[in-house]
Amino acid sequence: MKRNPFLRRLIALCRKETFQIFRDPSSNLIAFVLPVVMLLIFGYGINLDSTVLRIGLVMQDTAPEARQFAASLRGSRYLKVIEERTEDEMKQAITAGDVRGYVVVPPDFSRRLKRPGDTASLLLVTDGSEPNMASFVEAYVQGAMQVWEQQRASDMGESPVVPVNLEARFWMNPSAESRNYLIPGSIVVIMTVIGALLTSLVIAREWERGTMEALLASPVTKVEILLSKLIPYYVLGIVSLFLCVGFAVFVMGVPFRGSVLTLLLLATLFLLSALGLGLLISTVTRNQFNAAQAALNAAFLPALMLSGFVYELRSTPVAIQAVSHLIPARYFVAAVQTLFQAGNIWAVLLPNMLFLLAAAVVFLGLTALKTRRHLE
Amino acid sequence: MLYRIAILIVKELQALLRDRQGRVLLIMPVLLQLIVFPNAATLEVKHNTLAIFNQDAGAESVELVQRFAQAGAFSEVLMLHSESEMRRAIDDQQALLVLRIPADFTRDVVAGREAHVQAILDGRRSNSGQISLGYVSQILQTYEAERGLGHVGLKPPELVVRHWFNPNLHYEWFIVPSLVAIITTIGTLIVTALSIAREREQGTFDQLLVSPFTPGMIMVGKAVPALLVAMVQATIILVGGVFFYGIPFQGSLLLLYVALAFYILALIGFGLFISSLCSTQQQAFLGVFCFMMPAVLLSGFVSPIDNMPGWLQDLDWINPLRHFIPIVKGIFLKNSNWSEVVHGLWPLLLIAVVTSLCANWMFRRQFAS
Repeated sequence: MKRNPFLRRLIALCRKETFQIFRDPSSNLIAFVLPVVMLLIFGYGINLDSTVLRIGLVMQDTAPEARQFAASLRGSRYLKVIEERTEDEMKQAITAGDVRGYVVVPPDFSRRLKRPGDTASLLLVTDGSEPNMASFVEAYVQGAMQVWEQQRASDMGESPVVPVNLEARFWMNPSAESRNYLIPGSIVVIMTVIGALLTSLVIAREWERGTMEALLASPVTKVEILLSKLIPYYVLGIVSLFLCVGFAVFVMGVPFRGSVLTLLLLATLFLLSALGLGLLISTVTRNQFNAAQAALNAAFLPALMLSGFVYELRSTPVAIQAVSHLIPARYFVAAVQTLFQAGNIWAVLLPNMLFLLAAAVVFLGLTALKTRRHLE
Repeated sequence: MLYRIAILIVKELQALLRDRQGRVLLIMPVLLQLIVFPNAATLEVKHNTLAIFNQDAGAESVELVQRFAQAGAFSEVLMLHSESEMRRAIDDQQALLVLRIPADFTRDVVAGREAHVQAILDGRRSNSGQISLGYVSQILQTYEAERGLGHVGLKPPELVVRHWFNPNLHYEWFIVPSLVAIITTIGTLIVTALSIAREREQGTFDQLLVSPFTPGMIMVGKAVPALLVAMVQATIILVGGVFFYGIPFQGSLLLLYVALAFYILALIGFGLFISSLCSTQQQAFLGVFCFMMPAVLLSGFVSPIDNMPGWLQDLDWINPLRHFIPIVKGIFLKNSNWSEVVHGLWPLLLIAVVTSLCANWMFRRQFAS
């Protein structure tokens, strides 16, 4: 029985491509080592929940009230208070980045505190060159101040009542750990690297060396060539995906509340769009040096910066939000974060799936068009 | 010898700038990143929706809801009417934060008892949630103060806050100086590592090795063009930062360019070393990528180095970006002087020397075999 020539040729091409993948140590590095390294970095190296901040304290007043305030500052579990020095020394420390800020308790602090009708003041200087940290310093110092006020009120015999108590609860991520959403997000970046970066290089090399022209001149059809590039890298991407998810869930303890089947469907759609973009870049540039730079700028950096995975998209200007709608990674990030932490919430997943499908069709369609034009 | 090196440099620049696509790819990404990154990379929380589930019909809760509706921190306020709507609002990401005001809120406030407000946040965006929680508690504090709740006999001290180097905490002031470091990283590594790999793949590297050029001279020939490209890219970002984003440049330009040269040398060392291990462009590019990605992520740009575990902070010492980002930010925003910059410069120099020696040794070994 004669086998279907389409399938026979396709299988042969896929085998050739698979051999090439496994022969080259760099593609193994990208598919299997880099994902684990990335997960470790996002799991342990990147931490948006600020831990303990170093601040300075300059005591120009030594009355009991001032000392009590200093004690509550030291008692905050978010602050590490460095021994008091002069304000000049603090200025140097903040310029050198040794402290994130410092508090000055002025000489008239306790006197004005006790005088009726007067308001005592405290000075907080922060290092504004790290805006996020500066806001945290401000919030924590304010928190320590409130603790001190409460205590002072109760010492003076007033009822230590908080007028309105704000009680916060994080659903799905009760301890509010940033790694629970950073790790699912980093899987998107890994898929982008495999789908777009690796593919664009491999195919640009075929163009550069002329083997692509040789292939196009052979009886192999365009569809077969494109499929033979898509299938092996798709399989590689999916294997890498399950490696990532397994590592994230079983080693790093990130909760996964959705279904594996939904994840597979989403990843398939996203990989098709990433592979499509990679193929398109290599077909347009036809040279590895340029393909590498184009893939870095068109696929990798947007996946990192404009996908909403570290930086909140809704806070960006409208123009940036509009651009982000063109980036497939954005839809995959939203869907994967929901899938990991909330489960199969179709109201979130379905629109994202449709956008991913559209992106895949557009990129693969453009590639097919570009390839045909060259054949003529 | 100088003449020979000059010939190599000219040849290298010609290879880089020969075709239009190549020239475009050296400059366009820099401009795009200069436009996009400072706008996109923000940890501020703006334009978000707040949902309120008010179970209390009393006057105090209505007053509180109005205060939230008028506050600029949230662009939209969504009123909810049931528990199931609350769950949907979070699950479907209609709102970042839901406030539930319980039925006894007004009664407690009027009676002078402790009243409660519950905030429910989306754990998928816990960082934004925490920041928006800060806005909520500020609004609550204003409400308490203006309604005269709490603190009957005591007047609390006021906290005067000054943010040095960046008084209004503009996030771009933090991003653009870091961008000088990040963009030159991409440019330098790609130019050094890939150009050697391209020569190897096309066989012209062997010709270079059998020519009168020594491996050291070839390395210099590759290093100088990368240095030039990186300097041009850095200048574009600096000019854009000062004139387009209006960030005041406080320090000494000379000091910045000296530090930049040290930094680029350290990167070139890494680029040469990676390319000495690779035989194809694909390997070189992916090798560069595997170095660059952790280097950028662990540079203090995404999250502070202080937040990393101790062993990782120690390991991060070999990362040139982690030394250079504080330098460039220091000179740009804080007017750092020589003595403050020096303790970031010597690690860069050490990294440059060690990596170049390793690369030179690898090339010599390959030359000998």
